[in-house]
Amino acid sequence: MVLELRDVSVAYDGVPAVQGVDLTLDDGQVLAVLGPSGCGKSTLLRAVAGLEPASGAIAWDGRDLAGVPTHRRGFALMFQDGQLFGHLTVAGNVGYALRLRRRPRAEVRARVAELLELTGLSGYADRLPGTLSGGERQRVALARSLAVEPRLLLLDEPLSALDVGLRERLATDLRAILRAAGTTALWVTHDHEEAFVVADRLAVMRAGRVLQSGAIDEVWRAPVDADTALLLGYARTLDGAAAAMIGGAAGIEPGPEGLALRRSALRLDDDGPLTGVLESFRPTPDQVRLRVRLDGPDVGGSAPLYDAVAPLDRPLVVGERVRVVVDPTRVAPLGSRSLRGSL
Amino acid sequence: MPMRRAHLQLAALAAVPVVVLAVFFVLPVAGMVHRGFVVDGRYDPGAVLEVLGRARVHRVVRFTLWSSAAATLIATLLGLPAAFVLHRLDFPGRRLLRVVVLVPFVLPTVVVGVALRELLGESGPLGGLGLDGTAGAILIGLVFFNVSVVVRTVGAAWEGLDPRPGEAAAALGASPWQVLRTVTLPALRPAIVSAASVVFLFCATAFGIVLTLGGLRYSSVETEIYLLTTQLLDLQAAAALSIVQLLAVVLLLALAARLRQVPDPTQRRVVPRPRPVRRSDLPAMAVTAAVVALVVLPMLTLLRGALRVDGHWSLDHFRALRTTGGDNALAVPVTEAIATSWRIAVDATWMSLTLGVLVAVVVTRRSTGRVERRVRGLLDGFFMLPLGVSAVTLGFGFLITLDRPPLDLRDSPLLVPLAQALVALPIVVRTLVPVLAGIDPRQRQAAASLGAGPLRAWIDVELPVVWRPLLAVAGFAFAVSLGEFGATSFLVRDDRPTLPVVIVRLLGRPGADNYGMALAASVVLAVLTGAVMLAVERLRVPSLGVL
Repeated sequence: MVLELRDVSVAYDGVPAVQGVDLTLDDGQVLAVLGPSGCGKSTLLRAVAGLEPASGAIAWDGRDLAGVPTHRRGFALMFQDGQLFGHLTVAGNVGYALRLRRRPRAEVRARVAELLELTGLSGYADRLPGTLSGGERQRVALARSLAVEPRLLLLDEPLSALDVGLRERLATDLRAILRAAGTTALWVTHDHEEAFVVADRLAVMRAGRVLQSGAIDEVWRAPVDADTALLLGYARTLDGAAAAMIGGAAGIEPGPEGLALRRSALRLDDDGPLTGVLESFRPTPDQVRLRVRLDGPDVGGSAPLYDAVAPLDRPLVVGERVRVVVDPTRVAPLGSRSLRGSL
Repeated sequence: MPMRRAHLQLAALAAVPVVVLAVFFVLPVAGMVHRGFVVDGRYDPGAVLEVLGRARVHRVVRFTLWSSAAATLIATLLGLPAAFVLHRLDFPGRRLLRVVVLVPFVLPTVVVGVALRELLGESGPLGGLGLDGTAGAILIGLVFFNVSVVVRTVGAAWEGLDPRPGEAAAALGASPWQVLRTVTLPALRPAIVSAASVVFLFCATAFGIVLTLGGLRYSSVETEIYLLTTQLLDLQAAAALSIVQLLAVVLLLALAARLRQVPDPTQRRVVPRPRPVRRSDLPAMAVTAAVVALVVLPMLTLLRGALRVDGHWSLDHFRALRTTGGDNALAVPVTEAIATSWRIAVDATWMSLTLGVLVAVVVTRRSTGRVERRVRGLLDGFFMLPLGVSAVTLGFGFLITLDRPPLDLRDSPLLVPLAQALVALPIVVRTLVPVLAGIDPRQRQAAASLGAGPLRAWIDVELPVVWRPLLAVAGFAFAVSLGEFGATSFLVRDDRPTLPVVIVRLLGRPGADNYGMALAASVVLAVLTGAVMLAVERLRVPSLGVL
């Protein structure tokens, strides 16, 4: 079973929201669509669900879904804030789709209990949605979506209404639940860390277009351009002489669009190939974060100031000369042709 | 003592409307009830109980309940699809249609009665149905009036309904019909029950409609009270019926208040854009067309009647509005009555607006304790009372209680506008309360934390949100005042009649000319109120006219 999008576009009153998107998704995989807010990723999801009129082809198993209304697609949809039915209990919400299909009462009860168990909500069956916390509500929403084993689960920023700690925990939980249920899912998010936790494949969207897609580590290792790299959590991008200098120190050839650095790509090391002056430093629980002015070419207008890290036990004095190494696993070439748009 | 200060503030704000309502509403109604219980200076409740055992009273109560229930059911069934079409679909002319459906609500009942008789009478376009003078005609009249309440109340709720639960249900496999049944209707249930209870209330206390269409064969509690007080002078029986009515009204209002929900301002919701019409909307469109026809046909018949003079088309009836009618049927020309109505409506508007704003502010301020919350709840219900108490009881109560010092107000020019302001008050309050309650208090707190004083915070936070609803509800109160007949007919002085009073007087006089003039005056009244409502609708205030 496979979801296939070919040249899908959506426009509101003539203003394009999604343009020419091509994507495929295999059985049992989770595809994260990553993009800043307003990039059209939710619109794309709604088009797949059949809630927005789209041009181009959206097909499942080779069968075009144009003209198939939402309720016949067999795709479950999960919203940012759950959208639980306020007049039904937790059990009523979870069993909703089963009751629509007129399953026997005993079966519904058993399946609901099973799903509540799976989502860690046993004992919540008779609660009303209004009495639940945000995280609990999203678990109920997930259980409700999984009840009839949808062919495809569509998740629209399911965690972004939650606070950070809960978001991380729940992302891991949801991933495990989706794995256990073998669910194929399309997961829309603006949070790259969430995408890495939950997804097998990644599509990066901006301004209505998919810029890059592929297996998650491939995309992560070689972003197609500077903006994509920043979306993926790289702290900084370089081009020209600066890219060549840092790439040379890491033993990595910069791509045609330059080089992207994670925040911890540069590390103080007394044997390092690069030299500079320590401008400032600030300890954090894991390591010391530094600003170092490297000897070498200027970067844009901002002088050759770079982020770097040092272990917590390294004594530091502002103004001292330091040596720096570049961690090749924390640097990525930008725009390598071979990976662009593959999937 | 911040608690104490909050209580003082509440008391000060509530004082004016409470006193006004006490003097001009509770006192007259109590006076009316008192008349029934006290005979020759002696307390005698036995007679009241005896009245309730009469066979005729049983019949009247039965008819009232039956006709109100049937009309409520029909109005709700017709109103739901129309609410959907007029508030959720996008097609040219829907704004105009909304106004068309809303206008009956502010038309004087007597005019509607006349229009329906024109329509259903032997010579009318629908005379062949043989409905004239039957209970069916009364039902049509009641539905004509009240379908707008359902469309308005349910439509506003439907318009603000987050579409995402429905989309989630559809994604889970619910067909459009199943989405409607399992998600949309449960979400709308508070609005539907609230609208239905208000419609039942209006039907059960309908006066002009039953009087003009029911004739002598059909009598409701309201017309019976009128008959007993003005014709038979049986005040005890009238008081007994008033009490029954009052109890039923309080009960229904309590039910409606319980079901009414104010949206939580801190919750973000997605408001859908109206969508284009689809083929599957055709049944709902058909019902809407029927509702529009129900509303437009009587008005068109009215217009036709006003333009026909001796079998020809003519504007003579309209020209005659400058006169006092055939055989000097009136004390003043109709044009002067129009001017009087206009002046009174202006006064009634500022009065109901002042009272309504005070009440809305008092009701929506965050409560600091349980007692305070309960007091606010009671106040909220208290100011809804004028909605359901019969205008006849109120008007007659005015006459018998406000006739001696220090409250000898019978000749005060402010009496009529005040009575009308009280009639419009519940609508003003119900329109403003959701608007004020919808303002997140944290906005005001944010303004205060940035250095804005209370007044400045009000100007910066509340005023931008409130001015539009204020203007809209002012127009609504104005229209209600223009059309008010029940209470006005008791209070107005013969030499300064309002337009609806003049219309009724013309109808009561013999002669085809006077009848034609009455129709022409009705058209003028309908056009005036319709124009006001059209202007008001342009302000796009969703809570307007929602009860």
